[in-house]
Amino acid sequence: MDWGAIFSNSVVWIINPETIAYALATVGLAIHFGYGGLLNFGQAGFMALGAYGYAISILTFGFPWWAGILVGIAASVVFALILGIPTLRLRADYLAIATIALAETVRLLFQTTAFDAVTNSADGLGGYHESFRAANPIPKGTYGFGPFTYNETDWWVRIFGIFLLAVALLITWLLMRSPWGRVLKGIREDEDAVRALGKNVFSYKMQALILGGVFGSLGGVVFALPSAVIPGAYVPSLTFFLWTVLLLGGAATIFGPVVGSVLFWVIMAFLSNLLPRMVEAGLLPFMSNQQANIMRFVLIGLALMLIVIYRPQGLLGNKKELTFNAR
Amino acid sequence: MVPAQRSRSLVKRPIMLLFAVLLASMAFAMTAVTPAHADDVNTDKYQYVFSGNVKYNDKPLAGVEIDVSGNGYSATVKTDEKGQWSVGVPEKKKYDITLVESTLPKGVIVSQEGNDRLTISEKGATIEAEFGLTDSKSVNFFLGQGVRETVSFFDQFVSRAINGLNFGLMLALAAIGLSLVFGTTGIANFAHAEMVTFGALMALTFSVILVWPIWIAFPLAVILTGVLGWLQDVALWKPLRIRGLSIVQLMIVSIGFSLALRYVFQYFYGGRTYQLPDTGSKKIQLLGPIALSVTDMVSMGISIVMLLLVAYWLQRTKIGKATRAIADNSSLAATSGIDVDRVVRIVWIFGSALAGLSGILWAYFRPGIKWDMGWQILLLIFAAVVLGGLGTAYGALVGSIIVGLLVELSTLWIPSDVKYVGPFVVLIIVLLVRPQGLLGRRERIG
Amino acid sequence: MPADTNTTRSTGLHVGEIRPGVPKVDPIIVADNVTRSFGGLKAVDVDHVEIPRNAITALIGPNGAGKTTFFNLLTGFDKPDTGEWSFDGTSISGVPAFKTSRMGQVRTFQLTKSLAMLSVLENMKLGAKGQSGERFFTAMLPWLWRKQDDEIEQKALELLKRFKLDTKQDDFAASLSGGQRKLLEMARALMSDPTLVMLDEPMAGVNPALTQSLLDHILGLKADGMTVLFVEHDMQMVRHISDWVIVMAEGRIVAEGPPDDVMKNTAVIDAYLGSHMDTDLGVVTGRIETVATPKKEKKS
Ligand SMILES: Nc1ncnc2c1ncn2[C@@H]1O[C@H](COP(=O)(O)OP(=O)(O)OP(=O)(O)O)[C@@H](O)[C@H]1O
Ligand SMILES: [Mg+2]
Repeated sequence: MDWGAIFSNSVVWIINPETIAYALATVGLAIHFGYGGLLNFGQAGFMALGAYGYAISILTFGFPWWAGILVGIAASVVFALILGIPTLRLRADYLAIATIALAETVRLLFQTTAFDAVTNSADGLGGYHESFRAANPIPKGTYGFGPFTYNETDWWVRIFGIFLLAVALLITWLLMRSPWGRVLKGIREDEDAVRALGKNVFSYKMQALILGGVFGSLGGVVFALPSAVIPGAYVPSLTFFLWTVLLLGGAATIFGPVVGSVLFWVIMAFLSNLLPRMVEAGLLPFMSNQQANIMRFVLIGLALMLIVIYRPQGLLGNKKELTFNAR
Repeated sequence: MVPAQRSRSLVKRPIMLLFAVLLASMAFAMTAVTPAHADDVNTDKYQYVFSGNVKYNDKPLAGVEIDVSGNGYSATVKTDEKGQWSVGVPEKKKYDITLVESTLPKGVIVSQEGNDRLTISEKGATIEAEFGLTDSKSVNFFLGQGVRETVSFFDQFVSRAINGLNFGLMLALAAIGLSLVFGTTGIANFAHAEMVTFGALMALTFSVILVWPIWIAFPLAVILTGVLGWLQDVALWKPLRIRGLSIVQLMIVSIGFSLALRYVFQYFYGGRTYQLPDTGSKKIQLLGPIALSVTDMVSMGISIVMLLLVAYWLQRTKIGKATRAIADNSSLAATSGIDVDRVVRIVWIFGSALAGLSGILWAYFRPGIKWDMGWQILLLIFAAVVLGGLGTAYGALVGSIIVGLLVELSTLWIPSDVKYVGPFVVLIIVLLVRPQGLLGRRERIG
Repeated sequence: MPADTNTTRSTGLHVGEIRPGVPKVDPIIVADNVTRSFGGLKAVDVDHVEIPRNAITALIGPNGAGKTTFFNLLTGFDKPDTGEWSFDGTSISGVPAFKTSRMGQVRTFQLTKSLAMLSVLENMKLGAKGQSGERFFTAMLPWLWRKQDDEIEQKALELLKRFKLDTKQDDFAASLSGGQRKLLEMARALMSDPTLVMLDEPMAGVNPALTQSLLDHILGLKADGMTVLFVEHDMQMVRHISDWVIVMAEGRIVAEGPPDDVMKNTAVIDAYLGSHMDTDLGVVTGRIETVATPKKEKKS
């Protein structure tokens, strides 16, 4: 087995756009769930809005790339309002189901042939890269070392993604050590108690939903930057993967989402390189190559279960500051 | 996520007469220096040209109207004596080409068969056409004998409503298990979807792969799903309850479990769709617009009988009453001498078995069996359960029927690929007015 | 410490003959025709009630009488079927809970609501009103709220000391005992300098030694010019500190008056005890000898 190739194919995922996008969207989830206790299972919907908002405003309206990002953000703010007004008063389990349902609604609307002219229905959108690439300050060429060797476009996507992620982390860090964060954490613990202290709980939840949603949509933008926007990517499973990432790293931590995302993708890449080769080497006689790939998703499911059962605070979380309280 | 269209029979007795009209379109486009008259629109103005030839029974049809539209451009053309037409368009993109059926001779329509990219509207038949490598593209419609019969709104409404009822009853079978499990244990169990799939997969394994008779295969599949429910409770959920996981944790565990199971199914059955025996049997015209196949009728019969049995069980038997008591107030029920663990176990077994049964019915309704088929309706089941009020058995029933009807009836107005949106929107609106669901109760504060 | 301040009983709070719903000289809360039913059960059915200002009023009644539900209604945590009420002269029926709290009407809960995964100090700081750092954009600029936050912290520490929780300030609230949580919840409510404090069974689960100092705290609140309305089952305590007692049974106000009079009222005895007509309430409940019997927090 070519361990060198397996290793380098896996470590490149540390700074792949998908990894950054997941980390960004998961920072949003951390604000929702980790700090605010909001059981949002519609993060894929926010990502879809970011990605489609970006692509459509460039392709259909001819906006420059940065305006496309702003449109994505605006769309997610509007969606957060639509999502929040009926659901934020709900019990946790109702909230979870209502948010999945609304995120699915968003995806189905992007996928339907009814708006084909704008969304290109199930085929998705592509070819919106020109404006973003034109803004690239990096001169043409390949840079980097070892497995991290990319051309100027690939670096530009990664650097821009990491920049967005850093901003999101900074904002989260500042907020969570402020009185605002204190109120939000209080709401996570017991919203009636916080209400009794004169805080407008609904407003705080909405602010948290919007902020986390905006990070989600930025995740969607980074997801869209290097490639294309396909509606089939924004299924509920995407949200569940984000939850896996969140709980892996630690829900109520600043860097948990980053650590979680990197681990998630590196392990996934490692397995997708390793398993087929083990099959080829005859080490997994009962598996086909395709089955080996499916195996990875079985493992994600099992991992999610095991984390929640045995280490609900995640890798970085404090055992004492669990975020799961029965409600 | 779109089950096959079941009741759209717009073309009656279609006799297929296929025409393969191939124009040497490249040559045509380059040599065409004919002046622009009615059969030849904008061909000298624009570089990109659509063209075609309309014939019926080998005879060209003149004066047939063709509309070309898209990308902010539209043009209309009529065929000449040779049945030919061509239209220039400004961009090399996708355009909608519509043949206006009212301009065809009586008794002739565009045939839908053999052309799946065709959409039929009141105006006529539309093909979405795109240029290939060249700057010209020939677009031809196959004509057939027939009458374009639009079913009256009322008839469509009735037939969809019956369909929706069937779908709703099937959902209810799955929803009651989900709701009872929630009521007794507090778990919003996402892996319930996989019980639905499991029932169908077992039915497939026994009846198709092992070729056992249906009357052995299907009950066995249902029983096995019940056994899987029992195993789940014993091996997973009961230990977790004892461990004291919160309901949010349990819910996420169920999501992980659902994900794992779903891919285990894919691991063994692959990505393809299988059919159970006798799928797609013929529809029998019953009263007026109501047409049902034997499987539809059997399916509805089974659902109704099972639901009545469940109601009887909840209302009359000791365990059933205990189940309702626990769903009402589990700590109170426990102190009043009810063996909560036993009741929960029974609920897991029966809830799963019912889900398995609904999986078999769903396999006929869809039609087809696939590794993620249960997942496809999970959100609808959840919508039904939440609509009725989580944890209430009758709420689940009411919610399911509403969802079933909404899904089918909404297609009268909205495209069928967004028909699942209807229940979601209604769910949100109901929660806006009654956050506890239709039949749910509010919790106490303080 | 407030223990030695004004602990004299306020008298002359009412106008006219004492009966359920009697008008008060200076009411802080006036409620009319407030009803709330759950299914067929009328949990609250109050025709008219007034709560006197700057006095300690006890709301008593048997389990399930509707006391907590009435609290929920007054504070905006629940919506009534009918009814109007005002606080400090302004109508607050239908006003959401957080607004009534901001107006100075702060409550605690029968089932303690400490914020388990926040430290005791953070719990306290959350109670303070008008924090600029609680606004979204200001929150990101620490220099804009740091000073105010320090002041709030000082105040919180003082209160914690008064409630003997100062050694616990950095612990998670989850690690406190049941009684300590009750204390924390009360101290937290006081962070907002309320005009009316509504306490739902503040003594439940607090040990006898601490009960005395809690009683002193409550008396101290009155001395500081606040009004207190509290629910309590312990008649000894009710008798000890309250200026006025309101009795609820089956959702209605069945009696009210100064504590000693009320305890002798047959309606009260009926409501609480059924047939033990002439017996002193304290004797029958078996509580007259003890200062306070710590009782388990109950789920109702
Ligand atoms: N959310 C609710 N749903 C149904 N019934 C309720 C609800 N809240 C309260 N009740 C009922 O209303 C009645 C009054 O309850 P409440 O909690 O107000 O009593 P209480 O006077 O505070 O009693 P305790 O002294 O035991 O605390 C009880 O019979 C209770 O069961
Ligand atoms: Mg009470």
